[in-house]
Amino acid sequence: MPKTLGKVRPHPAQNEPLLFELSSPGKRGCQLPPLDVPETNPEEALGAGNVRREIEDFPELSEVEVLRHFTRLSTWNYAIDLGMFPLGSCTMKYNPRINEAVARTEPLAWAHPYQPEELSQGAMEIIATLEQYLAEIFGMPEVTLQPAAGAHGEYTGIMLVRAYLAAQGNPRKIVLVPDSAHGTNPATAVMAGYEVKTIVSNEHGMVDPAAVAAAVTEDVAALMVTNPNTLGVFEKHIGQIAEILHAKGAQLYMDGANLNALVGVARPGDFGVDVLHANLHKTFSTPHGGGGPGAGAVGVKPHLAPFLPAPRLKREDGLWRWDYRRPQSIGRVRAFYGNFGVMIRALAFILAHGGEGLRNATLDALLNANYVRARLEPHYQIAYNARSMHECVFSDARQEKFGVRTGDIAKRLIDYGFHPYTVSFPLIVHGAMMIEPTETEPKAELDAFCDALIAIAREVEENPELVKTAPHSTRVSRVDEVAAARKPRVRWVRG
Amino acid sequence: MRYLPNSDADRQAMLAACGLSSLEDLYRHVPQNALIREPLQIPPGMSEYEIAAYFREKAGKMAHGYASFLGAGVYAHYRPVLCDVIAQRGEFLTSYTPYQAEFAQGTLQSIFEFQSLICQLTGMEVANASMYDGSTAVAEAAMMASRITGRSRFLAPSNLHPEYRQVLETAARNARMTVAAFPYSPATGQADLNALEQALDDHTACVILQSPNFFGVLEDIQAAAGLAHRRGALLVAAFTEAVSLGLLEPPRGADIVAGELQSFAISPSYGGPFAGVIATREKFIRQIPGRLAGETRDQDGNRAFCLTLATREQHIRREKATSNICTNQALIALMATVFMSLCGKQGLRELALQNLSKAHYLAGGLERPFSGRFFNEFVVKPKRHSVEDALRILLEKKILGGVALKRFYPELGDCLLLCATEMNRRQDMDAVKEVLA
Repeated sequence: MPKTLGKVRPHPAQNEPLLFELSSPGKRGCQLPPLDVPETNPEEALGAGNVRREIEDFPELSEVEVLRHFTRLSTWNYAIDLGMFPLGSCTMKYNPRINEAVARTEPLAWAHPYQPEELSQGAMEIIATLEQYLAEIFGMPEVTLQPAAGAHGEYTGIMLVRAYLAAQGNPRKIVLVPDSAHGTNPATAVMAGYEVKTIVSNEHGMVDPAAVAAAVTEDVAALMVTNPNTLGVFEKHIGQIAEILHAKGAQLYMDGANLNALVGVARPGDFGVDVLHANLHKTFSTPHGGGGPGAGAVGVKPHLAPFLPAPRLKREDGLWRWDYRRPQSIGRVRAFYGNFGVMIRALAFILAHGGEGLRNATLDALLNANYVRARLEPHYQIAYNARSMHECVFSDARQEKFGVRTGDIAKRLIDYGFHPYTVSFPLIVHGAMMIEPTETEPKAELDAFCDALIAIAREVEENPELVKTAPHSTRVSRVDEVAAARKPRVRWVRG
Repeated sequence: MRYLPNSDADRQAMLAACGLSSLEDLYRHVPQNALIREPLQIPPGMSEYEIAAYFREKAGKMAHGYASFLGAGVYAHYRPVLCDVIAQRGEFLTSYTPYQAEFAQGTLQSIFEFQSLICQLTGMEVANASMYDGSTAVAEAAMMASRITGRSRFLAPSNLHPEYRQVLETAARNARMTVAAFPYSPATGQADLNALEQALDDHTACVILQSPNFFGVLEDIQAAAGLAHRRGALLVAAFTEAVSLGLLEPPRGADIVAGELQSFAISPSYGGPFAGVIATREKFIRQIPGRLAGETRDQDGNRAFCLTLATREQHIRREKATSNICTNQALIALMATVFMSLCGKQGLRELALQNLSKAHYLAGGLERPFSGRFFNEFVVKPKRHSVEDALRILLEKKILGGVALKRFYPELGDCLLLCATEMNRRQDMDAVKEVLA
């Protein structure tokens, strides 16, 4: 095999055992200053039975070993900083480093949530400003930033619907969810006490107003719709769907996972949405960090605002205050005020772009996705013919004939130095390949990615085994996930 | 714009490849009445210089240079530099949830190590990859207990962190479950176990007990677990001060442990992002919410890690999932992992011992309404001043003197909750003692 494949050439990666295997007694990687008060006897203070003898098997390492350990592990990861991360519906865009720097500004990073409000005005102003800008972007008058992630925002949103309907006299029983939706949507509806009824997408991959009309009864609380949907297609009947729901007293919930397609172009509040969440760790560039932290902003129309989680910010005598007297509030969804550090980063992103800049970013995101689609359409089967917004979804139909599936193609992409696209989702597409480049990929990177997928399409026809056994260039070959689940080993134990 | 890498020439070439003539063509298919009507009312974009200045100005309106004795679920502990150094490596910071195991072994191994460390700390056998924070971890632990027992009533004493209780109540109400309270003993500050015994019934899914509790007082988890188990209920042990586990016996009698790891090198950050965690017994592994990393092999027999038991999770199980949680707090959990690795067995114990010593020094000579044993936090009744006056006097000395308990506990309106960590200097503690004694 040639050394160079696409944009990569192999490079030695250090082996590294587990922390526990590196440990040796007596080592430590930190040192405390001398205690400036008398030492308390733990047995006396806590009671002998309450004091642990030791933390059994807790590791013991020096500082340099800890640094090398995690640095070596880091080199086994792929990341946006290394290249395009085309996961559909995940919006893996560049994470600006100024955002990291300002989030570490000491008086912000070290602010205690219970320090006096008079001494927290800067943080409160940041939250209020971000709420205001997000409200403008959503087209919704009020926004809460208390939820800690997208799914947490969904949960908050559906609880708001329940509280609002309950205040009308009947919380209702059912939440409608299209079959193209993220799994979080039905899981959320159940957590918020609803039954889920699935709406089947039409032949264009869209929610059909007729299907909604047929499903909406006096028992339906809301429809949860993702727009653009998980095919990257704008739900063109969204206004009509909103009218159908509203006529029956039901609410329109929008999953804003794909908001990156809309900022500055269309506002959910303007096309009939009552409540939506958006992920600050997607559209607003805060780093995904290998799985969080995120933040889920929830925007609402005025009729839902009284139910927002407490506390809410209010302006009083020239100062920001936390208002805890919210008698209709659903209560708290998280301790304190939300993932404030994530909010700082999101605000920094919005400030960097400005209003017009945010729209320009959206247009580039749409252009990148459409360009990828145009280049790949001769080689892969587009799932639905509808126009793409910020992502495009293919099916593995042509490759399946050679016994190669979307998951295999994804693994082969790794050999070409790219993170895979989203595999096998949405579920309504047979062998889905869901690609979202975002606006922060240069054309050259997009071309390298398309070239890789085109080369793989050829490999599928000429040497399917090569693709089916990929990846070939990673530290570990294909990982046996079935074995992992059969006999779960989820912690290290002394062997 | 500096974050947008394509030149106008690139854009023209790409539009041409798409068969389009302008950027506006990209959304021409969106119904006209759905399109935005006027430009976003957000000021023009800023340079990096201006952004830094903007947040400096906000930081200027914050407490700065104060000695702090605030705890109550958020603790000021020293943050070793390496925690940030590792968390800022782009390979961790800018990677995604490790669904593609071959390309994310670094994240996966670090999660596996995190889970192992949490098990060692808590005495449990399974820990997940993290929850949003301690408050949501407690609510999820309660839901987990409900799934295991098939019951829908939760019992929590009034000395559970009040904001954790509120989160639990929100979750329970919407899931059509109930939370019942039982009192704390006004003498010790501990949960009243006689009252617990009375309150337990055959519908109770779990008892939730925080130790050290909101007042900083240690609870008798073992005894409460015995009472709960006798009625077929589970015991959920909650914690907000993870450093305490460096010195305290883990809650071995518990069935589920739910806690907050903010103390492990996570800056207070006005309340978040933090990292929660749920740990439990092996037998409950299929009911735990959130992600789990597991050990396995690759095709060549090398040790490898991957996310596992995904059949519990929303992206596979949809409405039948154990939770809707998806994104958690991975990077924060990584910081905590680096912190635990640096401290190690000896360091964490010494850190806990310093906290214990400082708090007990601070408490000396102060009037404490509760007699229960405490770790690094305790309730104080100022002797000569009202709570308001005491806090004001301390503020003038540039000291944040504790949390006034009135907002959560009207009956403790004349009391403060004080915390001391390794960060507090003796001279500031002496100043506090002078005002409160």
